[in-house]
Amino acid sequence: MSQTAKRVRAFRLNGRAHEVLVADNVLLLDTLREALGLTGTKRGCDGGECGACTVLIDGTPRLACLTRTEECEGHGVETIEGLVENGRMSRLQRAFHERLGTQCGYCTPGMVMAAEGLLRRNPDPSAAEIRAALAGNICRCTGYVKIVEAIEDAARGAP
Amino acid sequence: MTVMRNTREVVGQPTPLIDGIEKVTGQAKYTADLPAAGALVGRILRSPFSHARILAIDTSAARALPGVRAVVTGDDCAFTYGVLPIAMNEYPLAREVVRYCGEPLAAVAAVDEATAAQAMRLIRLEVEELPAYYTAEAARAPDAVPLHANKPGNIERAVHHRFGDVEAGFAAADLVREQVYHCAEIAHGQMELNGALVEYDTARDQLTIWSTTQVPYYVHLMLSRCLEMDMSRIRVVKPFVGGGFGARVETLNFEIIAALLARAAGGKVRLLLSREETFLTHRGRPDTEVRLKLGMTRAGRLTACACEVVQRGGAYAGYGIVTILYAGSLLHGLYDIPAIAYDGWRVYANLPPCGAMRGHGSVDVRFAFEALLDSMAAEAGLDPFTVRRQNLLSAPTETQNGLRVESYGLDECLDWVERTSGWAARRGRLGPGRGLGMACSHYVSGAAKPIHWTGEPHAVVHLRLDFDGGITLLTGAADIGQGSSTVMAQAAAEVLGIRLDRVRVVAADSMLTPKDNGSYSSRVTFMVGNATIDAARALRAKLLAAAAEPLGVSAEAIECEHETFRRIGDDGPGLPFADIARAALAREGGAITAKGSFTCPVEFQGGKHKGGAVGSTMGFSYAAQVVEVAVDIDTGMVTVEQVWVAQDCGFAINPLAVEGQIQGAVWMGMGQAIGEETRYERGLALHGSLLDYRVPTIVESPPIALHIVESIDPNGPFGAKEASEGALAGFLPALVNAIADAIGLRIDTLPVTPDRLLEALAVRRREQRLARELAREQAHQQEGVV
Repeated sequence: MSQTAKRVRAFRLNGRAHEVLVADNVLLLDTLREALGLTGTKRGCDGGECGACTVLIDGTPRLACLTRTEECEGHGVETIEGLVENGRMSRLQRAFHERLGTQCGYCTPGMVMAAEGLLRRNPDPSAAEIRAALAGNICRCTGYVKIVEAIEDAARGAP
Repeated sequence: MTVMRNTREVVGQPTPLIDGIEKVTGQAKYTADLPAAGALVGRILRSPFSHARILAIDTSAARALPGVRAVVTGDDCAFTYGVLPIAMNEYPLAREVVRYCGEPLAAVAAVDEATAAQAMRLIRLEVEELPAYYTAEAARAPDAVPLHANKPGNIERAVHHRFGDVEAGFAAADLVREQVYHCAEIAHGQMELNGALVEYDTARDQLTIWSTTQVPYYVHLMLSRCLEMDMSRIRVVKPFVGGGFGARVETLNFEIIAALLARAAGGKVRLLLSREETFLTHRGRPDTEVRLKLGMTRAGRLTACACEVVQRGGAYAGYGIVTILYAGSLLHGLYDIPAIAYDGWRVYANLPPCGAMRGHGSVDVRFAFEALLDSMAAEAGLDPFTVRRQNLLSAPTETQNGLRVESYGLDECLDWVERTSGWAARRGRLGPGRGLGMACSHYVSGAAKPIHWTGEPHAVVHLRLDFDGGITLLTGAADIGQGSSTVMAQAAAEVLGIRLDRVRVVAADSMLTPKDNGSYSSRVTFMVGNATIDAARALRAKLLAAAAEPLGVSAEAIECEHETFRRIGDDGPGLPFADIARAALAREGGAITAKGSFTCPVEFQGGKHKGGAVGSTMGFSYAAQVVEVAVDIDTGMVTVEQVWVAQDCGFAINPLAVEGQIQGAVWMGMGQAIGEETRYERGLALHGSLLDYRVPTIVESPPIALHIVESIDPNGPFGAKEASEGALAGFLPALVNAIADAIGLRIDTLPVTPDRLLEALAVRRREQRLARELAREQAHQQEGVV
């Protein structure tokens, strides 16, 4: 497998044009973490179980552990690192921090990206809509209570 | 050591985690995120056999494969490891005998993933299979082969404790009931996968490990033992850790294996386990059977308790002896019970080893106790709250097994959940299939007697002040997401009268930070918190001494608030912190390091009986909760609608984190109660993914209303006790008690999955039909006789 020929794949990553040299069938998760050094996107399972690697592809939450890098060619990929603008946390990041939507923090990047995808298509979600959007993201620390509160806060634009 | 102040500026304030920004921005570096350029890829070859004698492991083909830099087997480490000095019976890589399916047999370090995988396929095993046992009953059968030669009958530890006159207690009871309960084995399911990065410096014979651990010091000890390296040649660093819940409170095989590989390869090895391997590493809560007998008066006063517990502990000792002792010891300390008999058996079986999990040892027994108490209350026509109130302790007191209770807020917890849940008006009146149940629970604030009796303090903290005016807090305590670093920063800032952000915490790097026993048994807030206060007072004394001259009064007459030093009672501008810090540095001869420590006094270290140290603590947390359920008797589905929980944590140093901990604990109890269980087919784990091991998703997770009760413990830091574990155990019985309220059916087996509930309903229908037929027959016979 290590002998497989590599190809240049071009996509937008966190708003900037990127080209990576990568073999076919390499997971986006591995490309982000190992080739591009973006370790904010986490691996929490053996494939599609936990949501920790959720990223946005063209604004829609997707699992980087079930996405081949070549599928991203020509598309826009956003990771947790891309939400910070000019050093300022996004409203969701700030709300997760201030409302303790994060404890150990391992599921947090995936949670925040799933929530970001939700708020972009539905800026004022109900509690049930929040739950539906995060149904594939497992957190083992919080019981989800403060995660829902954080997303509600961010949606309301609360300080 | 309580520090009482009239006004609290920093402690008691809801405080976002001081390392929270890194977590929400993706900058936090967990073990798998650390730079590993040039690191070899480590992989573990695991046994496909549950129990077998190893005749040969042929690694020659694997070693010959280009790109393979090291292969290690049991031959490379002849030392056992284990968390309890009296029960180290596990090899990092099996030697002679392999005892569970999934046990590490060999490991490879190679230049890439594919080469490592290929090397694993080239390793040849030759074994002679032995009989394997997957239940405690099978392992205890008279003809069973012992897993460990020195443990006949596969009993790792039998415990027999008697306190008070149990026979007299039962004789004095108006109601005596006995019931058997069963709880399935569960796993922690911490989100971060197990893994370690190890760098071995061949030229210097020095080793550095970054690992997913809650106990860096224990990792240090076991690496030194298993690699025969002087401890000064080892450095253990704890990066960000993605949860633990007890999974990481002992050194784990992969940590030693990664170190063996790095040394053998003479370089850097990254060994990252899959989710399945993380499940196989296990150390979860054991499959437990509880036979419980309680005696109660008509008024609801408990007279006696007799409890038998059998835990299926898996193939190796781990924490097992402590777990089986906790199960008995924490029958005490929640209620006033005149007599308690406890018999416990920890049993070996050919399954991955169990260990400590949140609520260590106490949870399944508390489930049985509170469920039986609820059923007896119903039989006696008493409200469940009344029965609890009949049996409250009165602090300060000492339990019969020598546990000290200095603060006790359970009554206040009961009042709050009863009132807020609308218990009196709503229970029994929620309509078909809906019900309310309640239960209580408690837990220790750290084991008062440490595992290693070294004579050192139980916790040490350093505070450093240098030219920049920043306070660096150095601690070996592992923040694994519970927020311990934040609590310590708050404690230091409070005592010093400075801003929280002036304190920066360096946690858990053996090269820099003082030794700490680790994050387990909810010890950190209590012990390390007290050590932090001690260190902050020492530093404050130096600052006040430096302020004495410029303020023209003695140090005792000075205070520092809002970073300003003033004469006590003086409203003037005072002197700013920066000036006094500079004066102190000049006075002390440069950079100041203040040390603080804490040790639990011997009178808190438990009874004198064998095993008496387990359960001993300086402060118990107390919790009460009410659970509301909806039960669908057609599908067997149980939905948790709402939880009300109150916990006495002494004092909430960080109320935001305390809320998060209590919610998380209740929710984890819910996972165990409604869905989680490990499953094995002839020793093969069937639950090795988060799709098969069903932790609750956000969809099943209810609102959790909570209330913090502050009983202000006389020994806790600012009065604080533990806040992370105590509320977990109560959920399990509160759930089955709520189901009983909803459909009149008492469940004695966890988890209450739909198939189990439907089975129980079918049994009930069968019993009801049989009873009707029996009644009809008897009526017929009586007619015939007449």
